[in-house]
Amino acid sequence: MSGVLYLDGVSVVFDGFKALNNLSMIIEPGELRAIIGPNGAGKTTMMDIITGKTRPTAGTVQFADHDLTRLDEAAIANLGIGRKFQKPTVFDALTVFENLELALKAPRDPWSCLRWVLGADYQRRIEATMAEIGLADRARDRAAILSHGQRQWLEIGMLLMQEPQLLLVDEPVAGMTDQETEHTAALLRRIAGQRSVVVVEHDLEFVRALGAKVTVMCEGTVLSEGSIDHVQNDQRVIEVYLGR
Amino acid sequence: MSATTITPAPRIQGGTILRGLLLAGLAILAMLPVLNRLPPESALYVSDFVVAVSGKWICYGILALAIDLAWGYAGILSLGHGAFFALGGYAMGMHLMRLIGPRGVYGHPVLPDFMVFLGYTELPWPWWGFSSFPFAMLMALLVPGLLAGIVGWLAFRSRITGVYLSIITQAMTYALMLAFFRNDMGFGGNNGFTDFKELLGVPLNTAGARAALFYAALISLGVSLLLCRFVTQSKLGRVLVAVRDAESRVRFLGYNTTHIKLSVFVLSAMLAGLAGALYVPLIGIINPGEFSPGNSIEAVIWVAVGGRGTLVGALLGAFSVNALKTWLTSFAPDLWLFVLGGLFVAVTLFLPRGLVGLLRKGEGR
Repeated sequence: MSGVLYLDGVSVVFDGFKALNNLSMIIEPGELRAIIGPNGAGKTTMMDIITGKTRPTAGTVQFADHDLTRLDEAAIANLGIGRKFQKPTVFDALTVFENLELALKAPRDPWSCLRWVLGADYQRRIEATMAEIGLADRARDRAAILSHGQRQWLEIGMLLMQEPQLLLVDEPVAGMTDQETEHTAALLRRIAGQRSVVVVEHDLEFVRALGAKVTVMCEGTVLSEGSIDHVQNDQRVIEVYLGR
Repeated sequence: MSATTITPAPRIQGGTILRGLLLAGLAILAMLPVLNRLPPESALYVSDFVVAVSGKWICYGILALAIDLAWGYAGILSLGHGAFFALGGYAMGMHLMRLIGPRGVYGHPVLPDFMVFLGYTELPWPWWGFSSFPFAMLMALLVPGLLAGIVGWLAFRSRITGVYLSIITQAMTYALMLAFFRNDMGFGGNNGFTDFKELLGVPLNTAGARAALFYAALISLGVSLLLCRFVTQSKLGRVLVAVRDAESRVRFLGYNTTHIKLSVFVLSAMLAGLAGALYVPLIGIINPGEFSPGNSIEAVIWVAVGGRGTLVGALLGAFSVNALKTWLTSFAPDLWLFVLGGLFVAVTLFLPRGLVGLLRKGEGR
């Protein structure tokens, strides 16, 4: 659980366009952090950098003393960095339980999968995760019949089964009902503490419900950082983002 | 909710109608060689023709299981499984040719007739060892498995999927057909192998031998069905379904999908090889026509008609489409290809889950 995410002077240039511009940020172990910013601020690019999907043009990206700029996606995933994409992708043909079972940290080769027997301790962990994401009574239901919000939670649950130390969550409440949004905020608050959680979100009500430190990004760099009240009263933030 | 443990829901189980149908079908098949021994005037008498045709269908059933495992579960639409079937058949055919010995037309103690005819003086190296039954059976499994391993590895590691993979497998079987048609390949050219005499010391032209081959095929079908069931009900089976539906997501979970797909593709090819090896002594001939692309496509249609993604569906499709083919070609052989094509279109449009989907709907699922 000891793992500081450390970005220093990170820049990414796509065809002359600076998607990230001298971005620096530190996420402490167990911290819950919300990242907001207008479209094109570089939020998703930042996640791409951390998960190895994109390489920075300049700068340092470290996690628990590993240089992430030298590792590929699979290696970074195995370091304990999990990522939830905007669009939930769960396996429709499988049940909630089976989705979580597939994500469970266990040997992944065909032979081990063929001989896999679900042990009692694994069973308990899956059940605990189902309780955590609020799907305990849906264990035998196929993912296809879940609501949009439940699919998002299932995907968060699948990330938890991989035992990450750092969870990157991209727009988890897009398209959710108010009640689902509240549940999601509570879920992410519970998950943080045992592990670091970085949430990218547009919905300011949701960010307020998270009760987390907020980083405002604009044009590829950090514009303001602090509590939600602090950033909402920051004149620069109001100008570029909130005031509109 | 109580503290009772939650177990994963059993994966794709046949309904009661389907399971009943399967067991009844297998029981009827098991009775056929017995009924064949009744006096011909008996009401329950079954002709040699019916036994021979059913034996063929059983082999097709194993091939359908193999295709379903790769396509229905892992989403690998191979249009070249006929090649694996034919290679298994050729391995068995080579063994049967070696067993003819000096009984051939030319009476050569070692060389099959076609080699004497082509002026061979000694047995070419690919034929070494095929006088042994266990070796030939091993090759009937290993050669298709190895070919699937090479083709699959090259395709899957380059992330070739969908229609491109189908085209590659189709080209594979076509290329093999052209190769096997050549006399200088040393596998009998366009005549292939026939005129087999015996297997395991038993003359093939007896009713007892035919019944024994029939039961060997039926038992192999049962074992293949149990094997496929074991795979599809395991966690590997669930990974296969996940790969079929969202391969990149499975990769992101940390699975090496190349290895996952390769393992099931190789297993599937070996099952197809087994089917071919059982088929050849039953029908008494193997020639390069077995490699023809149409055969592979037809086998895929069986699975589509029966219902892919269910093992019962594969068997149901293989039996029902072949029953239709046998019936139709007895009076209107020219119509068959049109009917087959129409069947495929109709199933794709109206019955995406095949006959199994229809039966389940009738059952209220």
